[in-house]
Amino acid sequence: MMKADVRLNERGHRCPIPVVSVARAARDASSGTIIAVVCTDPGAASDIPAWCEMKGVDFLGSQAEPDGAMTYFVRIR
Amino acid sequence: MALPPAGYLDAASGQPLNPGAAQALAAAIDAGWADPVRLYRDGRRAALLLEAARESVASRVGARPADLVFTGSAAQALRLGLTGALAARPGPLVISSVEHSAALAQGDAHAEAGGEVRPIGVDRQARVDAAAFAAALPGATLACLQAANHEVGTLQPLADVVAACEQAGVPLLVDASTVLGRLDPPEGWSILTGSAHMWGGPAGVGILCVRRPTRWQPPLPHDERGPELLSVPLALAAASGLEWADEQRQQDAVRARSLTDEIRSVVARDVGDVMLLGDPDERVPYLTAFSCLYVDGESLVLGLDREGYAISSGSSCVADTRRPSHVLQAMGVLTQGNVRVSLPFGVTDDTVRGFLAMLPGVVRDIRALVQASEGGSR
Repeated sequence: MMKADVRLNERGHRCPIPVVSVARAARDASSGTIIAVVCTDPGAASDIPAWCEMKGVDFLGSQAEPDGAMTYFVRIR
Repeated sequence: MALPPAGYLDAASGQPLNPGAAQALAAAIDAGWADPVRLYRDGRRAALLLEAARESVASRVGARPADLVFTGSAAQALRLGLTGALAARPGPLVISSVEHSAALAQGDAHAEAGGEVRPIGVDRQARVDAAAFAAALPGATLACLQAANHEVGTLQPLADVVAACEQAGVPLLVDASTVLGRLDPPEGWSILTGSAHMWGGPAGVGILCVRRPTRWQPPLPHDERGPELLSVPLALAAASGLEWADEQRQQDAVRARSLTDEIRSVVARDVGDVMLLGDPDERVPYLTAFSCLYVDGESLVLGLDREGYAISSGSSCVADTRRPSHVLQAMGVLTQGNVRVSLPFGVTDDTVRGFLAMLPGVVRDIRALVQASEGGSR
């Protein structure tokens, strides 16, 4: 599993809450910080990478969790 | 001319009856009420009126009257068109991943029945790559492509795909719902579908044209009435509506283009954290779309509705399935806070400017609420 400095559990939270939560965590994070966010909302698959693009954050990838959730990894520039 | 209701900005879901259709409808109900297969006077009159409607619509979409049937909706026309073509020539279906959900559902049914489906992906603007489409054609028995995307407005490279289908000998079904009555009708199709509701005709009328000698088999068993499922008065009103739309459309397109350009620039300037969607230039002039960060689509649709503006959204929270629109997903763009604005004929400057004046505040209020609830949830 990819290492993360901050882990956010957004299981059960629907769009746009997971993205709002990542944005909040990113605001206080220093350059190079890796944030992992676990989501069950299907919109996150498009919206986390789109948020990264709009905000100049690196999208590192995603990984499926055993419970069906997806974890998305982003790195603050 | 009659104006659409103030604040109505969802022409791509259907327009109110345009003056041509509205005027024809009452007369059509009086004159065309009878069963057109009956031989007595009223039946003959209904049959004559129906043939006149068929000829009128056919001439405007570039079809022969004998090749056009009226259906109960555009979605039904799509389903019948695809099913009938695949029944006549079973084999692989080439279809873009951003078609109307009815076409994609029919593709799924084809796959479930053991048929092959070759989906063609799109770029960030929702446009298929004509070369990729062409490469998938060998051995296929049917291809399906929309003239323009119904959620973001991007025009598809239809001329190139038509040429590739002709070269490969594969019939092409073109879903022309977003363009009929608003732009020049597409050319080079084997099968064409459209929606009267989208050109300001009545809801409940679709058209399906199968250009001979394209092989097509009516998918439903039929009797002496043939495969047509229709109301004669509604078909007449649809035909008059298309005549009216065709007279207006060139002037309308110029005005709509300038208004949707204005929407794009004002939204980018005043809303903030927004992604404009679709091709800025190569799109249907009356439709544009964008997505707003940190906003849920349902609150946006209902918030704008409270202010008197009707728009549609492809965000997940608006859909019964709780999944974002397949079009936005295929494009790989932001799906939250999605807004599709599509201008009906005769939309007023006041409606568009009022919407643009109202939108930033509505978005700001929703963002504040979302931030507060997110903060309170932990």
